[in-house]
Amino acid sequence: MRVNMTVNGRPQEADDVWEGESLLYVLRERFGLPGSKNACEQGECGSCTVRLDGVPVCACLVAAGQAQSRDVVTVEGLADFAKQRSTPCGGHGPGPDAGDATGGGAGRADRADGLAPGISISDAQHWQAKPAESASPELAPVQQAFIDAGAVQCGFCTPGLLVAADELLERTSEPSDADIREALSGNLCRCTGYETILDAVRLAAARASEGA
Amino acid sequence: MDFLRPASWEEALAAKAEHPSAVPIAGGTDVMVEINFDHRRPDYLLDLTRIGDLYEWEAGAEQVRLGAAVPYTQIMEHLRGELPGLALAAHTVGSPQIRNRGSVGGNLGAASPAGDCHPALLAAGAEVEAQSVRGTRLIPVDDFFTGVKRNALAPDELIRAVRIVKAAGPQQFSKVGTRNAMVIAVCAFGLALHPTERTVKTGIGSAAPTPVRAKVAEDFLTAALDEGGFWDSGKVITPSIARQFAELASGACNPIDDVRGTAAYRRHAVAVMARRTLGWAWESYRATADSTKGGAPRCA
Repeated sequence: MRVNMTVNGRPQEADDVWEGESLLYVLRERFGLPGSKNACEQGECGSCTVRLDGVPVCACLVAAGQAQSRDVVTVEGLADFAKQRSTPCGGHGPGPDAGDATGGGAGRADRADGLAPGISISDAQHWQAKPAESASPELAPVQQAFIDAGAVQCGFCTPGLLVAADELLERTSEPSDADIREALSGNLCRCTGYETILDAVRLAAARASEGA
Repeated sequence: MDFLRPASWEEALAAKAEHPSAVPIAGGTDVMVEINFDHRRPDYLLDLTRIGDLYEWEAGAEQVRLGAAVPYTQIMEHLRGELPGLALAAHTVGSPQIRNRGSVGGNLGAASPAGDCHPALLAAGAEVEAQSVRGTRLIPVDDFFTGVKRNALAPDELIRAVRIVKAAGPQQFSKVGTRNAMVIAVCAFGLALHPTERTVKTGIGSAAPTPVRAKVAEDFLTAALDEGGFWDSGKVITPSIARQFAELASGACNPIDDVRGTAAYRRHAVAVMARRTLGWAWESYRATADSTKGGAPRCA
């Protein structure tokens, strides 16, 4: 079957998608976005966490067809997503006010400002590991905080943690340690670098409140 | 495999009638695991995520009609007052990512003996609203679980909603596992005080082939509270009553040894959880009874 969705602000289309295929497989193998990691395939590890219509979900548990016409943000689009959120005129993302108190659907991310965040497929396919340049403008604040706090060891869990941590900071500007632990409770780090990960989230929150 | 995308509930019922083997999928937190691990290859996947009605709830005078696909996160955030036991149980499900997708309808559809919602639903009192092109039937949750991962749904039926009795008194939920998140219950216990009827209802999870109520324990406690005048006096429940209740609750279990725990441990843990949840719920009841009587605040 054919599946269309918006990924990191860009329309994407995949053909010949198997009906039982996961959103994670489509992102990695068909759209060339390998940032979301494939580990447990059962929702235990959080390595594949993405935002689906603004809501953090395990991409391995979303059937590809369920993402039809939906808006997906992956770690590759996190910097632009965060930048757009912090731009006053660009407040169309699924921010804290997108919740629906009466029940019903989750907020949709409408890119009404015409920005096209996210990296291109060819950039993603030719991505190479290299040291981050200092003060790189391409990073979301939470990504910079992970680097500065030394929260990245093998790096496999990092993309999922970044997406989850960014969503926490979006809805809670001054999270308590309990808030952070709960928000990240669905993300496993097998290097067990949890303390520095907590440090990184605290650092990102502190920097955001200083800047505000 | 075919991927069916009904745009409305009527279309979904028609699709299920035409393809009774179709597997409904909403949050995917059970179904996708089975597909990813090649444990299941359904001929049809019936995607319910386009049907907005399933994501809404209505709070009536006596019941909450909870759409089958309302995610746990929404229950925790918006229905804690009406459904405190279910909100507590929802908070123990998986992780934030899982709670953003998983729902009570999915929990009931899977009908795992370890499903976290089931003890809360049994204790509160609930009916499953099953619909098909033939019509609607309300299945009491007590009759819903028919075996390990088996339920009372007919092949052409889908769960439209769950009708849960609104709490008129304190409710509690307790679950044993190795950590706070991402845990399948070793065993679980739900308890609801019903002060209007002066009854207590319970639910036991993961300690029998299906979720069950501890009916003998409920009857004993209801009678003991009544005879002792506890509902009116609001006095502390005597330890001997609590102990007897716990032992009877343990007796309602029919557990097995498995990777998560032994049968003996489960029996023991259910007794402990029964005693503790009763204590917590009764303390809340006493606090509200005190304040409605205008009594002085109690010291800690």
